[in-house]
Amino acid sequence: MKRVVITGIGIYSSIGKNLEEVRKSLYNGKSGIILDPERKTYGYQSALTGFVERPNLKGILDRRSRVCMPDHAEYAYVSTIEALKNARIEKDFLRDHEVGVIFGNDSSTPAVIQSADIVREKRDTKLIGSGSVFQSMNSSVTMNLSVIFGLRGVNFTLSAACASGSHAIGMGYMFIKHGYQDCIICGGAQEVNLFCVASFDALNAFSKKESDPKGASRPFDRNRDGLVPSGGAATLVLEDMDHALKRGAPILAEVLGYGFSSDGVHISVPNVDGPVRAIRIALKDAGMKPEDIDYINAHATSTPLGDENEAKAIDRIFGNYKPVVTSTKSMTGHELWMAGASEVVYSLLMMQHSFIAPNINFTEPDEHTGKLNITNRTLKQEINVFLSNSFGFGGTNSSIIVKKYT
Amino acid sequence: MTREDIIKAINNFLTEEFEIEESHIKPSARLRDDLGLESLDFVDIAVIVQKEFGITLKGEEMTTIKTLNDLYEYIIKFMNN
Repeated sequence: MKRVVITGIGIYSSIGKNLEEVRKSLYNGKSGIILDPERKTYGYQSALTGFVERPNLKGILDRRSRVCMPDHAEYAYVSTIEALKNARIEKDFLRDHEVGVIFGNDSSTPAVIQSADIVREKRDTKLIGSGSVFQSMNSSVTMNLSVIFGLRGVNFTLSAACASGSHAIGMGYMFIKHGYQDCIICGGAQEVNLFCVASFDALNAFSKKESDPKGASRPFDRNRDGLVPSGGAATLVLEDMDHALKRGAPILAEVLGYGFSSDGVHISVPNVDGPVRAIRIALKDAGMKPEDIDYINAHATSTPLGDENEAKAIDRIFGNYKPVVTSTKSMTGHELWMAGASEVVYSLLMMQHSFIAPNINFTEPDEHTGKLNITNRTLKQEINVFLSNSFGFGGTNSSIIVKKYT
Repeated sequence: MTREDIIKAINNFLTEEFEIEESHIKPSARLRDDLGLESLDFVDIAVIVQKEFGITLKGEEMTTIKTLNDLYEYIIKFMNN
């Protein structure tokens, strides 16, 4: 089996448009949540959202590329440029090697709506234009990135609801571990626009704390009342360790374990058993014990039952050791399909800079979350090994274990 | 619209929307070889022509349009009818 390392990361999110901005936000506990009044005019129950500015790629990418990209492909382009630069991968390398791309993504909304509107109104598909079909597919991000960067390896999108980004890393890890690819650009992307989370809002799942946007996402806190949707993109370059060493690449960390499971119970309500099994599989895959984990980046989205059940799952496995637990969603909101990838990037930044970002807005635990070692202050602490959890609709669970490279 | 207005409107969307340099805009320019337009771009040209001139271009008719002058004349002919 090959050892799988991370040689480059990139991020574009509500708390920063690059690694340095995001590092500062994480350290300072800065929230990226705003109230978007326009959502109210469209009947949203909650107008809270992570604010992600659309990058201006005119003059950077040609028209044909831009016409085919939805907003989350643009975010992913920016985060991938940063990751490739950090991994010291240039165009020549991509042309001469079989580099793959696997991203987590599970929706691409505006182009679907706009094309349907045109057909309904005009009764003429010729008026839809050329970009819509490429923008509207779930695989939009990977199809665009593979063409723009000239990638020649494995190329697909992984859809697994809010665990999409995490499973994408897990899938890249499996491909490299088993020797099928030397290098894969992995990540997650999440659209942020007026329509993409309307049907999610219909479930009454979003926080109603509109008078206090920065205090609305409060994972594990007793007064949590729902998640805040957000988005952006995160990229990680995964590579066979020998391959990375041979080309003199900077090695940030090693992916040691990937655990996965399905609850098999309810379409939207997570349980305890499924996450417990995913975490245990990841630990076994990594050859580690619960006491080896220094930090857990929880999935915790700020929903009452979801956080409670994750707290129970973490307590069941780690109750005797109590590693520090935080949810960076307290700052970013829930980055949905991207979250599993971005939260590994956030944890890697903490690992690189020896701190644990605060679980902001955690002011009062409840009877379950009180059993965890959650910090609402920034801790200056070495992280040798972290666990990142991601769970999604349909009971899909993914856990990733990453170790500092020494 | 006058003939000049039509030509100006076509040239405008080619430079603004398709980002073709003005120096390349000549009646004799071949749409594919000189202006770098490809099959997907013709799909978008059809949308713009509909919006600008109210003309619905048909795919099979588009194949006869090889140069910029062909495009000018095609639209001018439609507008005059």
